[in-house]
Amino acid sequence: MLSKKQLFTRGMLDISPHMLSVIPFGIICGAIGVELGFDPYLVYAMSIIIFGGASQIVFLQVLSGGASSLVAVTSVGIINSRHLLYGAVLSEYLEKLSLIKKLLISYFVVDQGFAESNKFFKKNKNEQYLHYHLIGTGCTMWVCWQISTLSGIILGSFVPAELGLKFTIPLTFIAIVVQDLKKIDHLIVMITCGLSSLLFFDAPFKSYIIIAPVIALFVASLLLRLKK
Amino acid sequence: MTWFTIIIAGILTYFTRMTMIALIDRDMLGDKIKAVLEYVPSAVFPAIIFPAIFINDYGTFVQMNDPKIFGAIVAVIVGYFSKNIIATIISGLISYWFLIFIVFN
Repeated sequence: MLSKKQLFTRGMLDISPHMLSVIPFGIICGAIGVELGFDPYLVYAMSIIIFGGASQIVFLQVLSGGASSLVAVTSVGIINSRHLLYGAVLSEYLEKLSLIKKLLISYFVVDQGFAESNKFFKKNKNEQYLHYHLIGTGCTMWVCWQISTLSGIILGSFVPAELGLKFTIPLTFIAIVVQDLKKIDHLIVMITCGLSSLLFFDAPFKSYIIIAPVIALFVASLLLRLKK
Repeated sequence: MTWFTIIIAGILTYFTRMTMIALIDRDMLGDKIKAVLEYVPSAVFPAIIFPAIFINDYGTFVQMNDPKIFGAIVAVIVGYFSKNIIATIISGLISYWFLIFIVFN
């Protein structure tokens, strides 16, 4: 049985390699916000209030493009709706917690944290303080995100755009799913999702980000039926 | 006004994170749904990966010889065999840089 501290540290260690992509992305996010002409305090406040990389950029781009607040809020809601899926997966491991703890932990659910903690949970179902792993991944992400967006806001885009560091984002997610490529059912689900995301890329409000997973999960349910 | 909009967007985002964790009970999900949820990472992350590789900043498809496609293939191969996140990211990035700075320069 691992202690709370051990689990928290394990969470920190498990997510830390992803900071290779999170930190440059945070700097870019902060710098873009200021370049688009928004109040630096406002750009930074988003890192605390929304705390969701891609959605923060889209929010500012939509507003600076002259769209209404309603469109901006809708875009953020749709882009972040994938968290509903993460929550549904995590709920199984967090069900014993009190409501107040669930409400607090929810704030720290992010893509990479979900991915790494979910991998850990699957292998260590019987640990008593599992949620400390999720707090570890979430807090690490939070601190790095605050520091990197803040430095982007203050120092501007000191990371040259020519380096193409945005490319580390798909790479970090490749690292997350790559081991599942050897399972044929997962491979089919991934290809379905990827192709659907390209097909629906022009759907309004960036909704491809949730349409593609829904299609892929539907295919997954068909595959499960075939397996029986 | 923008501040108000950000707070609404923040509350909405928080709700997407909290709803399922706080309101779903284990008994509410049947075994079938749980089995489908096993696929969530595979069903969600390619929607982030594919557009970031195959669609450029202007919203159109990249060419077949785009450095990002090559970088992604290298990352998949290195990641698959090394099982190491840092190696996956660095190998993909370096092969991408190799193409944009040396080959296509």
